Amino acid sequence: MKVPFDKLDKAFENRLRLQIMSVLMVNDRYDFNSLKELLDTSDGNLASHLKGLEKEEYITVNKSFLGRKPNTNYEATEKGKIAFKQHLDALEQLIKQQKIK
Amino acid sequence: MSFTFFILFFNYLLKYFDYKYIIIYFEYQSTLMKEEEIQDELVSIRRLMERSSKFISLSGLSGILAGIYALIGAGFALHFDHFVIPQFNYSSDDSGSYSFRLSFPPLLIIAFLVLIASIGTGIFLSLRKSKKNGQPIWGKVSQSLLFHMATPLITGGILILVFIYRGYYGIIAPATLIFYGLSLVGASNFTFADVKYLGLCEIILGLIAACLPGYGLFFWAIGFGVLHIVYGSMMYFKYDR
Repeated sequence: MKVPFDKLDKAFENRLRLQIMSVLMVNDRYDFNSLKELLDTSDGNLASHLKGLEKEEYITVNKSFLGRKPNTNYEATEKGKIAFKQHLDALEQLIKQQKIK
Repeated sequence: MSFTFFILFFNYLLKYFDYKYIIIYFEYQSTLMKEEEIQDELVSIRRLMERSSKFISLSGLSGILAGIYALIGAGFALHFDHFVIPQFNYSSDDSGSYSFRLSFPPLLIIAFLVLIASIGTGIFLSLRKSKKNGQPIWGKVSQSLLFHMATPLITGGILILVFIYRGYYGIIAPATLIFYGLSLVGASNFTFADVKYLGLCEIILGLIAACLPGYGLFFWAIGFGVLHIVYGSMMYFKYDR
């Protein structure tokens, strides 16, 4: 019995990161405050995980100003989308293997 | 005490079984625990994808109520000006526009009241449902929903006003149905997919209405009344219960 744990992406081990990525998969871009409201987390926590994803080059950051308020938008990169799909496929396979046994 | 017992038991196991069996057993246990976590993860991903991109706080009940208001409105309209409806045609000759002008204010007021009541009910019920869902009523998703609805609606509204000003009253019923249908199709990406089919039905109905001038009120009653009730109850049974 071989479980494809190694196919799971380390970058998505944290639940919040996976959630961020799934939001960015179905939306072209999403801003920081909307993400915070949707995922119901703190500023610091969200920011650090966003930074982590940025470091992996899974998302890109666009900073702009709405009037005087800073507005930060996030977008999933092609690399991030592929990684997310592979991660989901691996999860699915894990479940399938469970069912066969 | 129990620990020493465990060690003894373990030794006993080692004696009689191969190492491999035990290792596989522990691995099996750990993947079993993992499975529930994975299921949870997948459910949460699916819900997030839906909540972040679709306005799921639309209530089927508001569709049903809007349909009922529209039917009541149509009944009142018939009561006010039964003689004018056959004049609802494309020609702008004097007699047609004269009799229309007579009855136009009450018809306009009824239509306006129906619109306000429907929008009010929709907002109220969505507010209630959004509290239950935990989805903000005024967020990124509802904003894009409104934008995509408003574009065809405002375009159609202005176009119809221009035609009314020129005396082409026959255009009102088909054009309102068609532009309303277009706005629903445009908005359907941001809410339940069922809205798209309602929009397509409204467009088809509007095109039929355009072919049969003189029955504008009848098509209005079907499009804004009957279709809303049918679609609203479908939504209600599918998502609200």
